[in-house]
Amino acid sequence: MTIATQDTSTEWDYSPALDSTKVTIEQKNKLYIGGKFVSPRSRAWFATTNPATEKKLADIARAGKADVNAAVFAAKTALPKWSRLSGSERAKYLYRIARRIQERAREFAILETMDGGKPIKESRDVDIPLVAQHFFYYAGWADKLAYAFPGASSSPVGVCAQIIPWNFPLLMASWKLAPALACGNTCVLKPAETTSLTALRLAEVFQEVGLPDGVANIITGEGDTGRFLAEHKAVHKVAFTGSTEVGKLLMRQTAGTGKKRTLELGGKSANIIFADAAIDQAVEGIISGIYFNQGHVCCAGSRLFVEESILEEVIHKLTRRLGSLRVGDPLDKNTDLGAVNSKEQLKTIERYIRCGVEEGAELHQTNTSRLPKKGNWCNPCFFTDVQPSHTIAREEIFGPVLSVMTFRTPEEAIARANNSPYGLAAGVWTNKGAKIFEVAKKLDAGIVWCNTYNKFDAASPFGGFKESGFGREGGVHGLRPYVRLGGV
Amino acid sequence: MARLTVAKTYKMYIGGKFTRTESGRSIAIKNLQGEVAAHVCHASRKDFRGAVECARGAFSTWSDCTGYLRGQILYRMAEMLEGRRDEFASAIQTMQKMTIAAARKEVDASVDCLVQFAGWTDKFQQVLGCANPVAGAYYNFTTPQAQGVVAVIAPHTPSLLGLVALLGAPLCAGNTVIVVGSDVNPIPAAILGEVCQTSDIPSGVINIVTGVQSELYEHIATHRQVAGIYSAALAKKDRVEIEQGAADSMKRVRFSTLDGDDWFDGSITASPWNIEPFVEMKTIWHPSAC
Amino acid sequence: MRHAIDTVMVEQRAASFTRRSIKTDSKQQGLRLALSMIDLTTLEGKDSPEKVRSLCHKAVTPWEGIIEPHLPSVAAVCVYPSLVKVAKRALEGSSVNVASVATGFPSGQYPLEVRLNDVVEAVSDGADEIDMVINRGAFLSGCFDEVADEIAQVRTACGHAHLKIILETGELETLENVRLASDIAIQASASVGPIADGEVFIKTSTGKVSPAATMPVTLVMLESIRDYYEQTGVRIGMKPAGGIKTAKQALHYLVMVKETLGNDWLNPHLFRFGASSLTNDVLRQICKQQTGHYTATYDFSEA
Repeated sequence: MTIATQDTSTEWDYSPALDSTKVTIEQKNKLYIGGKFVSPRSRAWFATTNPATEKKLADIARAGKADVNAAVFAAKTALPKWSRLSGSERAKYLYRIARRIQERAREFAILETMDGGKPIKESRDVDIPLVAQHFFYYAGWADKLAYAFPGASSSPVGVCAQIIPWNFPLLMASWKLAPALACGNTCVLKPAETTSLTALRLAEVFQEVGLPDGVANIITGEGDTGRFLAEHKAVHKVAFTGSTEVGKLLMRQTAGTGKKRTLELGGKSANIIFADAAIDQAVEGIISGIYFNQGHVCCAGSRLFVEESILEEVIHKLTRRLGSLRVGDPLDKNTDLGAVNSKEQLKTIERYIRCGVEEGAELHQTNTSRLPKKGNWCNPCFFTDVQPSHTIAREEIFGPVLSVMTFRTPEEAIARANNSPYGLAAGVWTNKGAKIFEVAKKLDAGIVWCNTYNKFDAASPFGGFKESGFGREGGVHGLRPYVRLGGV
Repeated sequence: MARLTVAKTYKMYIGGKFTRTESGRSIAIKNLQGEVAAHVCHASRKDFRGAVECARGAFSTWSDCTGYLRGQILYRMAEMLEGRRDEFASAIQTMQKMTIAAARKEVDASVDCLVQFAGWTDKFQQVLGCANPVAGAYYNFTTPQAQGVVAVIAPHTPSLLGLVALLGAPLCAGNTVIVVGSDVNPIPAAILGEVCQTSDIPSGVINIVTGVQSELYEHIATHRQVAGIYSAALAKKDRVEIEQGAADSMKRVRFSTLDGDDWFDGSITASPWNIEPFVEMKTIWHPSAC
Repeated sequence: MRHAIDTVMVEQRAASFTRRSIKTDSKQQGLRLALSMIDLTTLEGKDSPEKVRSLCHKAVTPWEGIIEPHLPSVAAVCVYPSLVKVAKRALEGSSVNVASVATGFPSGQYPLEVRLNDVVEAVSDGADEIDMVINRGAFLSGCFDEVADEIAQVRTACGHAHLKIILETGELETLENVRLASDIAIQASASVGPIADGEVFIKTSTGKVSPAATMPVTLVMLESIRDYYEQTGVRIGMKPAGGIKTAKQALHYLVMVKETLGNDWLNPHLFRFGASSLTNDVLRQICKQQTGHYTATYDFSEA
C-alpha cells in the first residue's frame, strides 16, 4: 500500500493563490554610481526576462570599462569619510537599511521571484527576511569591531569589488555589503546578469536612508563587467560568490597583487543518513537539502549517502515526498519549486540528467505536477544505482537532481563524503549524539548540518573547505575578510 | 700539518628519517670567509613530493591528537632547541655577520616562540571559534580545525627564528608541515631536523627539505595535496607565481609581512591571527529540543 | 519499537502546512469539509439535558440561514455517558452520531473494571462512538503491555461502537512518546480483531490538559497511521481535539492530512475535529465567502 499524496481526482485541492501585489519595474534600469542612477557610458543594455514566462521584464545597463572606473572612483572617493565615520554612525545607516527592507519586503519578494524564478514562498519566507537580518546583525558590529579580534587592531580594507550569483540575488548582496560597510569599507557590487533587479531596488533603499554617495555602488553587466571590476587597480578586495571555475580565474588574475579575497564557490555536499536516524525528518531534510530553490544552491545536499539497511525505506519515503511537491508558477504561494533561472542553466541540468541515465544510473522522476508550456522547467528527480565515479556524483549540477548512494560503516560514509575536491557543506542524520560529533568533526566541510539542512542565519558563518573557496560570510567570522589586522 | 676538518653534509629530514636527495645533488654552503662550511642536499621536486606523502600520512595522527598532547610535544621540541643553543647560534653565524650574543638572542627568541605556540595548541580554538546565537531552535557553533599539509617557505633572515615562527603557527593547529629551508642559510633548517628527531614529534609531522627554493615554487603551488603555503619576504614575481599555481586547488596562501624587530616580538609572531590562516572554520548546527 | 523523532524538524514541517494559501473555491470546499468533520463537544460538569439537546440541534443544522448548497451536518455530538440517552433521542433520524467519552474520562484513574463498565453502559445507552483515555500512568512508567492490554479490553467492550483512543499527548510531553503511544494504540486495537476503515481512531487530547492538539503532535500521529496503512492496508482515523478554534487552523489541519495521508482521509469517516467554538468560526467564514460580508458573532447560535 502506498499513499499517493498528489492525485488528479477532483477532490480537495488548492486553488491558485497568486500574490497579486503590483510591482512596477522601470523599463530602463540604470547604474547606481555615486548615489545616483546614471545611464551607462557604454550605452549598452541587455534584457532581463522572467524565467517562468520567458517574457522580458526590463532592460538593464551593461557597464563597460568606463562605467567600472566611475564606480570604483566613486567608492574610492567616498572611502576616507566613510571609514573615519564612527562605528555607531555607520551602524545607524545599516539599521535603517534593515528597517526599510522589512517595510518593503513584499515588493522585494515579488521582484525576486519574477526576475529569478524562485517560489514566492521562499523569497518571502527565507530570502528577504534573511537580507534584513544580515543588515541588522552587521549594523550592530560596526561599533564593536574592537571586540571581534582579540589582541589585534582592525582597519578597513578599502574599496571592495563584490560579484554575486543569481541563485539568491538580494541575499548574496546583503552577505557582501552588510559586513563590508559595517567595517568601514566602500563597495562596488555587481549582481548576476539574469538577476539585477532587486540589487538595483536595494540602491533605492540606500537613497531613501541617505547612505552617503559612493559608499555602495551597484553596477550591472555580464562576466566582462565583473572582470574589469576585479582587476581594477584601485580595488583592495575582491569578494566573489559563484562557480569554482570563475573563482580560480579570479585568483589567478589577482595573484601577487596583495588584494584580499573571499571566494565562495561550488559544492557537491554529502548528506549522510544513518539507520538510527529519525527517518521521516531526515527525508524532510533530504527534500529541503536538494530541492530548495530548484537545487540552485551551492551547498545543496546533492550526494545522498544512505546506510544500506534502510535504503529501501528511504527511497520509498523520498519517492512519496517528492510526489507531494508542487512545481509551477513561482508567484503562486503554494508552489514548492519554481522555474529554473535561465535557459542555459536548464540545458546544463538536462545534460546532466541525460548523462546520469547514459552512465547507467536509474532515474526517478515521480513528481506529476503539470509543468507550464512556456518557461524554464525541470521536473525534480533523483538517481539510484549511482557509482561514485559517475559524473552526476562528482560534478556540481546546480539543479533539482539528487544522487543516492549507500554505505555500511561510519568510516566508509566519511571517506566517501570527503572524496571530493569540494568542501562546502554536509549533513549528518543520526539519533546518536556521540556519532554526530565524531562524523561532523571528520567531514571536510565548512558547514555541517546535523539533523537539519539548509539553515542560514546572519550570526552563523558560511563558507567552505578545499575548492569550495575561502573566507567566511556571516557571524563574527564574516567580519574578518573586510578588515586588515594590525599588531600581528 | 693542520688537521683536515670533517665537513658535514646535512641530510634532509623526511618522514622522521634523515635522507639524502633522490637527485644525488648537493650544494656547498660557504661561510662568511668564503670557505665551504658544509654541504646540504639540493632537493628535487620528487623529494618535495615524497615529503608531501609523508606529511599527508601523518596528518590524521597529528590533527587528531589532543591539543594538550600537541602542546607537550611542541614544548619538548623547545626544550631540545634550548639544549642545543650553542650549535644553533653558531649555525646562524655561519652566513650572517652577527655577534655570538645576537645569534644567541635569536635562538632564545626561537625557543620562546615555540613555547608560545606550544601554549596555543589547546587555546586558539577558544579564541578563534565561538557559539553563534542563531534565530531558531538550534545549537550552533564554529570551531577551527587544521587544513592538512602546509608548506613553509623559510625566509633567509632571521634564519632560525623566521623558520620557527612560520613553522609554529600551522603546526600548533594540527597541520603537518614541509619546511623548505632558506637557500642562503639552510644550516639552521638542516639541523632543526635533529631537534625534531630527538623530541617527540611524530614521523612525518615536520619534514625539512633544503635546496633552491625558487626551483620548488611551482611544485609547491600546484601540488594538489598541499592545502596551505606560508612564507615571508618573497619578491613580487615569486608571489605571483605561487598564487597563480595555488589557484587550481584553492590553496590558502599567506605571505607574512613580518620584518625586522617584529620577529623578536612573540606577541606578534605567535599571535592567534597567524594561526588563523591555517585553520578552517567549521560551523555545526544541531536542533535543540526534547 | 521506539521510533526516533526529531522535534525541531517535525515542528518545521508542521509549520510548512500553515504556509499553504487556501483561497476561493478551495477555501469554500475546505470549510464545508471541516464543518462535516466536527465532533461538537460539551464536556462540562454543569452540562444539562437542555444544553445537550441544543447542541444536537446545532449539530444537525449548524446554521438556520439560507445558504446554497446546503451546509452539511457535523459528524457527531460528544458528551459524557450520563447524557448519551438524551443525545441519542435528540439526534434520532439524523446522520449525526453520538459519541461518548468513557473509561473514567478525563483522568482514567479508576479501576479497570469501572472503566470497562463505563464503556458498556455508554454503548448500551446508544453511543455510536466511544472516546477512551489511555492509562498514561502505566505508559509513563514503561508498562506498555498494560496500556495495550487495557485498550484491547476497551475495544472488546465497545462491541459495534467505533473507538477513539485518546493519548492525552499533553501528558506524554515528547513526540517520541506520542509516536510510541500511537503505535501501541493501533496495534492493541488490531489485536482484538480486524479493523474496518475508520472503526478505530487515535485522538490527541481530552481538552482538559494543556497543551491539547498541536500540529506537530498531530503530524506524528498521522505518520503512525500512514505507516500502519502502508503495512496493512487498514485506515485508522485521526482526531485532533482541543485548541482548534478557528477556521484557518482547521484548514491548516486539512492541508496536513492531505499532504501526509492523501485525499482518502479527507472525510468524516477518517478525520474529525474535537471542538466546540470551531463550528461558529467556520460558519462565519463560509458566510463571508458566499455573501462577501463579514458577520457578527450573534449571527450564529451558541450551541
